Amino acid sequence: MKEFIIEVENLKKSYEKVEAVKGVNFSVSKGELFGLIGPDGAGKTSIFRILTTLIFPTEGQVKVLNFDVIKNYKEIRSNIGYMPQRFSLYQDLSVEENLTFFARIFGTTIEENYNLIKDIYVQIEPFKDRLAGKLSGGMKQKLALCCALIHSPDVLILDEPTTGVDAVSRKEFWEMLIRLKEKGITILVSTPYMDEANLCDRVALIQNGEIMSIDTPEKVIQSFGRKLWAVKSDRIYQLIKDLKSMDFIDSVFPFGEYLHITLQSDKLDQDQLISMLTDKNHCQIQIQEIEANIEDCFMQLMNNEKLTVT
Amino acid sequence: MNRFIGFVKKEFHHIFRDYRTMLILFGMPIAQILIFGYVVSNEITDVNIAIFDKSKDNITQEITNKITSSGFFILHDNLNSDQEIEKAFKRGIVREVIVFEPNFAEKLKRDGKAGIQIIADASDANTANIVSNYTKAIINSYVKNELFAQGLPYEIIPEVRMLYNDELKGVYMFVPGTMALILMLVSAMMTSISIAREKELGTMEVLLVSPLKPLPIVIGKVIPYMVLSFINAVVIIALSYFVFGMPIQGNLIFLLAETLLFIFMALSLGILISTASNSQMVAMFISMFALMLPTMLLSGFIFPIENMPKILQWLSSIMPAKYFIIIIKNIMIKGSGIGIVWKETLILVGMTVFFLGLSIKKFKVRLE
Amino acid sequence: MLKHTENIIVVKNLIKKFGSFIANDNLSFEVKKGEIFGFLGANGAGKTTAIKILSGLSFPTSGDVMVAGYDVYKEREKVKENIGYMSQKFSLYEDLTVRENIRFYGGIYGLSGKYIKEKTESLLERLKMKDIQNSLISSLPLGWKQKIAFSVAIFHDPKIVFLDEPTGGVDPITRRDFWEMIYEASDSGITVFVTTHYMDEAEYCDRVSIMDQGRIEGLDTPGELKKQFNAKNMDEVFLKIAR
Repeated sequence: MKEFIIEVENLKKSYEKVEAVKGVNFSVSKGELFGLIGPDGAGKTSIFRILTTLIFPTEGQVKVLNFDVIKNYKEIRSNIGYMPQRFSLYQDLSVEENLTFFARIFGTTIEENYNLIKDIYVQIEPFKDRLAGKLSGGMKQKLALCCALIHSPDVLILDEPTTGVDAVSRKEFWEMLIRLKEKGITILVSTPYMDEANLCDRVALIQNGEIMSIDTPEKVIQSFGRKLWAVKSDRIYQLIKDLKSMDFIDSVFPFGEYLHITLQSDKLDQDQLISMLTDKNHCQIQIQEIEANIEDCFMQLMNNEKLTVT
Repeated sequence: MNRFIGFVKKEFHHIFRDYRTMLILFGMPIAQILIFGYVVSNEITDVNIAIFDKSKDNITQEITNKITSSGFFILHDNLNSDQEIEKAFKRGIVREVIVFEPNFAEKLKRDGKAGIQIIADASDANTANIVSNYTKAIINSYVKNELFAQGLPYEIIPEVRMLYNDELKGVYMFVPGTMALILMLVSAMMTSISIAREKELGTMEVLLVSPLKPLPIVIGKVIPYMVLSFINAVVIIALSYFVFGMPIQGNLIFLLAETLLFIFMALSLGILISTASNSQMVAMFISMFALMLPTMLLSGFIFPIENMPKILQWLSSIMPAKYFIIIIKNIMIKGSGIGIVWKETLILVGMTVFFLGLSIKKFKVRLE
Repeated sequence: MLKHTENIIVVKNLIKKFGSFIANDNLSFEVKKGEIFGFLGANGAGKTTAIKILSGLSFPTSGDVMVAGYDVYKEREKVKENIGYMSQKFSLYEDLTVRENIRFYGGIYGLSGKYIKEKTESLLERLKMKDIQNSLISSLPLGWKQKIAFSVAIFHDPKIVFLDEPTGGVDPITRRDFWEMIYEASDSGITVFVTTHYMDEAEYCDRVSIMDQGRIEGLDTPGELKKQFNAKNMDEVFLKIAR
């Protein structure tokens, strides 16, 4: 039987006016790298704060490491590593002082768990006397991760660690997470960047307080279940407008230099499309069938939700 | 314990790295004391006085000469009746009236002593104090240098009367008042801001999600400010003693103990404020409006309580600073012990317990 | 592409120093009228510094900078009249309604009340936000706010609009709606100067500049950059430059 580190059943969270989390179910197994993927305002931070016992759930059962988040919050707090969304270290303390401080309040020392943070810490060690506030975005994230790891927690809960961080630092950060996973640490991470989903073992796509899909990234992509075309022409904005005006087109989304489109029925073929666009005076038309990515799936799921609502 | 020490250390780092905090902590008390001190104790010269000589003999004449030739005083008027004293003061030019009793020289020769009354306008309490002290000094030196030197063991007893403000409020008010104000500011405002800052920056989130319990967090926050406030209090007392000649009649240890009690009260208040505010701004505003202004206006520091409307008088009795000022004045000026100020001390203890209890009850182990 | 010929931003040998630290090291580039110009770079590469100079908020240490035909040294006020600015952090007043925000920004640029009113109507129509025109900004989802913020930034028909990470954290559909608005603005002749951390968005731009350590290390169309750096996509180009 699988050992669950995090179990969430029918979790709801309401604030004064809004219902931020509307009945969410998921579980994270030991050693898993689980991603909560969704835009701002989807409810990710609320869920994370409930898991870290910072706020109460309005309804539902939530267990972390088999402890209840309401009754046994003290046990949970000693055994998790948490990185909140905002940079939450002391800007006026140096890198080393921050780390020492967090080691101390967890009743440990840097030396004791140096093994765990070594790979990450060596990258910021040259700057250990610099004040944390003066570090670059990527380095701040590394330091925050070290601080969250310093007491060797069983589970890491990272709330949007890569938001606002440049592409290089994001890549490095994910490489670190994957190494930590290999060391057996369970990781729950949230992100608004859809491309990061592929690096997780399993993902939950979340929007408006509801999980639209939970599965491995591969299976989520498979569930797309229809043909997807990438289209390009010399006048991309005109192309968007023209395609949107065609009634057999289901969706049109810009994706890099291409537009990703789906059709009402998959009967239409490539040549027909090209001729229709040529009629509209488009030149250098390129069309090819492609495999969907997580973002395509996310948008399709969002559209489906909208349809069921209206 | 190791955890706790780590926490306190971190707190000191915060304080020492922020030059603004340092400035408020140490610059302000010194600046305030010096400003208040000098505003009230400017050098006196050319003070207008009047003399009511009921004796008009050679000795009173000599003393009058000594006083007028000292350079500090200008003889504005010679008075001829008791009624004129009041009038002279009312006109506002004369700051001091010296009254020689009738048959001054005769009395001296007969009894070996005679009296001089020094009446000062104490509405400007500090000037009054200085002026009367100068006058006394001149008289004493006359007795010593002129009479004693001639082998006349006479005694002249100056009797000082402060008109309009017989307790000399103001002159010795500014030290206890400033002390109350600064301790309130440093202890309450700084603690509340430093806790609110952790909430604002999100570090409180991380602290809460650690095995650190609320009580050590709170006490860890409080200890550095307690130490600094105490240092501040000592600096203020030393400044007022050495620079402005404020007496310390009572027991110094007792004075410091009462100060510590007040600091503790202010810190509890600071924690209470922080539980109600999520940002540094809010903490600052609450501290300003709920603590600073009432402390300045209602504690009797600036305006005498007995002159206030009834409703403000009631309000002033919930101002902790009021009791602290009473205690400090009693100890420093009158040399009172616990026997005199036990009631005020008890009130402060009660307030501390109340604020501390309330804030621990209100301190949240969660974000909501 | 013939449509972009006229220079709207001209930067020559721009240097900005903070003490001994060189934030912008001899930048030279041009942006054409109506172009969507992507301004990329790692955190701390000097993007924000450059944008501040271009929008007249800060002076260069040396170099020539012309924006919308005006010198940022001598004609700062003219520069400011001709640009719009929107950032992720601050864009709208949360405690004002949608309509009040639009009214306020229109007023800042000295537009007449009547004009503001008419334009507000058509804007609300186009954004499909008629129903929520009297809602407070704070009650709206992030994506909507960003759309309104963009509309407000180009409300006074500036020649150039600077967008500083306009789509951070926005859901993928709204993000695309947002880019459609950018296309539309560009189509109507407004030059769009945009920074982003989403590398796929870099592909939406006509030309892209990539900064690293204060210098521009790559500047061309996305297609050419990919050829030049022998990369599949912009993500790879970026990694090759900034790593």
